[in-house]
Amino acid sequence: MAHFALLILIAPLIGFLFNAVNGSQMKEKAIGGVATAAIVVSFISTVVCFFQLLGDSNREVTVNFFTWIHAGTLTVPAAVLVDPLSITMCLFVTGISALIHLYSISYMHGEKDFRKFFLYLNLFVFSMLVLVLANNLVMTFVGWEGVGVCSYWLVSFYFDRDAAASAGKKAFVYNRVGDVGLLVAMFLIFSHSGTLTYLTIFSSTGSFSPTVATLIVLSLLLGATGKSAQIPLFNWLPDAMEGPTPVSALIHAATMVTAGVFLLVRMSPVLALSPSGRTTIAVVGALTAFVAATVATSQRDIKKVLAFSTVSQIGFMVLAVGVGAYSAAIFLMIAHAFFKALLFLGSGSVIHSLHGEQDLRKMGALAKYLPLTFPTFLIGWLAISGIPPFAGFWAKGDVLTNVYAHNRLLWIFALATAVLTAYYMSRLFVLTFRGAERFREVTNGEDPHESSWMMTVPLVVLAVLAVLGGGIDLPWVHNHSLASFLEPTFGAVPAGASLSVATQWGLSIVDIAAAILGLMVAFSIWRDKHESSTFEKNFLEQVWHWDGFYDATIGRPLTASARVGYAVVEEKLIDGAVEGVGALAPRMASQFKLLQTGFVRQYALAMVLGIALIMIYLVARIGF
Amino acid sequence: MMHSSWWLSALLLVPLFGIALVLLVRRRPGASYVAGIGVATVEMVLSIIVAWMYNPNISRTGIDFATRHVISAPLGLAYDVSLDGISLLMMLLTSLTLLLALIGARDKRREPALISWLLVLTTASMGSFLAHDLLLFFLFFELTLVPSYFLISQWGGAERIRAAMKFFVYTFVGSVPLLIGILFLGFKNQHYVRGALDFSYTTLSSVSLTHTASVVLFCAFGFAFAVKAPIWPFHTWSPITYAEAPTAGSIEMSALLAKLGSYGLVRFAIGLFPLALNDMRPIVLTLAVIGILYGSAMACVAADLKRVIAYSSVAQMGFIILGAISGSKIAMIGAVLLMFNHGVITIGFFLLVGFIEKRRQVNTIKDLRGLQSSAPVMAALFTVVLLASIGLPGLSGFISEYLILLGTFATHAWWAVFGALGVVGAALYWLWVYQRVFHGQADSKNREIEDVNSKERWVLVPVVALILVLGVFPRPAIDKISPSITNLIVHVSQAGASK
Repeated sequence: MAHFALLILIAPLIGFLFNAVNGSQMKEKAIGGVATAAIVVSFISTVVCFFQLLGDSNREVTVNFFTWIHAGTLTVPAAVLVDPLSITMCLFVTGISALIHLYSISYMHGEKDFRKFFLYLNLFVFSMLVLVLANNLVMTFVGWEGVGVCSYWLVSFYFDRDAAASAGKKAFVYNRVGDVGLLVAMFLIFSHSGTLTYLTIFSSTGSFSPTVATLIVLSLLLGATGKSAQIPLFNWLPDAMEGPTPVSALIHAATMVTAGVFLLVRMSPVLALSPSGRTTIAVVGALTAFVAATVATSQRDIKKVLAFSTVSQIGFMVLAVGVGAYSAAIFLMIAHAFFKALLFLGSGSVIHSLHGEQDLRKMGALAKYLPLTFPTFLIGWLAISGIPPFAGFWAKGDVLTNVYAHNRLLWIFALATAVLTAYYMSRLFVLTFRGAERFREVTNGEDPHESSWMMTVPLVVLAVLAVLGGGIDLPWVHNHSLASFLEPTFGAVPAGASLSVATQWGLSIVDIAAAILGLMVAFSIWRDKHESSTFEKNFLEQVWHWDGFYDATIGRPLTASARVGYAVVEEKLIDGAVEGVGALAPRMASQFKLLQTGFVRQYALAMVLGIALIMIYLVARIGF
Repeated sequence: MMHSSWWLSALLLVPLFGIALVLLVRRRPGASYVAGIGVATVEMVLSIIVAWMYNPNISRTGIDFATRHVISAPLGLAYDVSLDGISLLMMLLTSLTLLLALIGARDKRREPALISWLLVLTTASMGSFLAHDLLLFFLFFELTLVPSYFLISQWGGAERIRAAMKFFVYTFVGSVPLLIGILFLGFKNQHYVRGALDFSYTTLSSVSLTHTASVVLFCAFGFAFAVKAPIWPFHTWSPITYAEAPTAGSIEMSALLAKLGSYGLVRFAIGLFPLALNDMRPIVLTLAVIGILYGSAMACVAADLKRVIAYSSVAQMGFIILGAISGSKIAMIGAVLLMFNHGVITIGFFLLVGFIEKRRQVNTIKDLRGLQSSAPVMAALFTVVLLASIGLPGLSGFISEYLILLGTFATHAWWAVFGALGVVGAALYWLWVYQRVFHGQADSKNREIEDVNSKERWVLVPVVALILVLGVFPRPAIDKISPSITNLIVHVSQAGASK
């Protein structure tokens, strides 16, 4: 196990180093091939580890590499924890990463910084794996920041575009605000339990008082809202769409943005200590899911719709965490990774075929030109909308049922969001693939054509996964499902009201009805139009004026006070006082004249003389 | 068996011999440069050997290589040097700074004189870090002013005279109370033991002081070190000085001389006046946190790259002071590590800004744009240094900053929480600077700049290597620091208990 665990981790790093050292002489295909192969190796090692873990009665294997930090009472090993949670994360992270690496070879063909793209991508996967495999919070933080900086590089990949450069910076700074939360959580945990290693923290949860536990959970939540784009730190994610589309699919949909949810699930034994903390998590998740879904209804950029959809879906996962349905959160995370990666890569294929056009108003009727993108996108659309038997139906249903059992108000919010989800995704689907052709202008009259096999193979694989993905956790399969596999890693949470089988069936029917309602409304509205001021509200398009609000209340006041601080506090008050004191000294009045005559030489002399005088005085006073 | 103190004497003497060598060959063009680099290399190798030999467990106090020769008993003047875990990294930093400043920030104007001043500065700062006697420390501490003054005033930018003057007067005034404090302690001890005048640290740290005297002396020492570091609000000499000094001077002052302030605080102010800590700690902690946040804010609005580094250093020194004064062992280890790491990072920044200045003749942010297109390697190197500075885990800056905040939180939670906001600040100002300088479309002046050449790359290799190695394998360094910190903390707590 130890060797394979190490291999999972370092294969992407080796890929990165290999391309970093040799890549400048290599051809595009070779670079992409090495990068992809590294991830495939990582994936295969994960599969091996998974089966070893299945066959093992001890499902918490710690592999220690070396002691990273040892200072005072703090010991931080560089070590991984292979357990059901981490290996599940690794499976879908490496699997989807491998597909997206393959896709990128074709998508990024001919880019000036082709090699750099794959360097970043490999480094990203390495960081993500560090994040999920770490056996302690500090190592998780290494991965956490590592994926953050890779995201920064990849969002501002087209750095000569100001929008891309700003978006990268915004993503990093928003994440940093969240990081303060994660840091404080670590400080709290360490000062109360004296350790930052997960398993030791979990076995010493008795050292946290309820107040401390709530503070820890709220701090963790702040960290999670930064990384997972939740209220109040969600608005960096839409801007992050400035990055190349494979990046949006991998980092800003399938993997990195779910890290916050992962962290909360990982820390579930601590979450168990704080009911009020969990309620806050649930409310944040439900609000984010709803707000982002409303915004997604009015976006005109295909990637922006998908971005807000991602924010909304992660809101569902956070909501699930909040009600203690950890396995439902992970289930949705995996299903979402399949269908959202599929949708993003599909949109990339669309954008590719339209020479970079992302505006929904300039698409339409693409179904007949993109014979592989269209059916795979169709599956992704049905999956996210919650139509059975696709993965999204099972995963979202799992979340909704659990929410219903805990809190009816939040359930109504979540159900409304489900209707909106089906609505905005259907709008996207109709505007892209159905209706009239509106793209001739951007393609100069040519027919759009399907992408190469390297782009379509990942689409097909992901489509299959989006169809069958629900199978990992069907409600009537006990003891062989994702839930029972993950269960031992979770902290116990009091169960909600137990639901009868009839109620569960009823809820499933409600879920399907919600999805169909959304679908039908969208079709009836968007079948024959491509813009509408009634259904595309400016307020929603402007994201509830969230950015403007932050800018007006935080951004501009801070910048202004820094400028005023510089002009007044720094130059007038502090430095003015210093110069004033200086001017009082009589010598200062003629400083420049003295300087001309060699002030410093005089000073050096004066220093020597002064010391000599002091010495003489001492000698005189003491006598020999 | 303690190691011979001749190793330390050699560290002090090599630069002085180097001056003689440089002046001997000064007429031959370029020879003084080669001689200077040769001397700096010898010094570097010596430092590495000493660091490798240093055994932290050789004595209870972690002191090795110690010796004491009384030069004049009635004057209390003694040659008293030693090395412990706190001075170890500073010794290495002194040699490293000299070597990289010489190679990376070459200035051909009156080169022999420039190199000689750098060598004087090296002996002076090396002496300050190695001195175990307060009078000797003070002499070396003051001696650093003279070469710094000449470096700024002779090789600096347009406003060099004003900058040099401000630097000189400010830091000189700062050290007056320090001298008075040292003399007071010496007399007090002499009066008490009725023996010879003795300024040895060991002797003076056992002088029993009233609470009031401790506080007053802490302030006297603290003022000198606060100006040197600089700690907010005594920092206003630093932006203009760093901006106007030649690159080699900026490197020496920010990477090295600033550490004299924090080093002095840890070694002398805390070590000698533990009784003052209860009263002074909240004040110093607050100044440190203000420094972190204020420095970050000023770095956001600073107009040129050297001023950004200056204000960033104010923030980083805030972190160092926060950890140093917190009373937590973890945080103090972090503070000592950060002194070294910040030194290395700042060398990297100033070298890179020097490279930009060499190509564009300016370092004002508004005149630079889109450099990443034409100079991708320079951009990559800048990114590494920048990420280390904002504390990206895996790079050296993180470990030190993290230990400081984690340790401080345990003893003074709120200060640590506000200090942690500096983590956001650093990301904000550095990424904004990076965006304005390296991102975007380059205009005609910035489009054609040449990327870093192979020599410039090699100069940055040690910087990048140290950033990576100390980020991933900090253990050897921490293990050498730890015993001395433990000793200091025990000393401080015993003094508190015996009161």
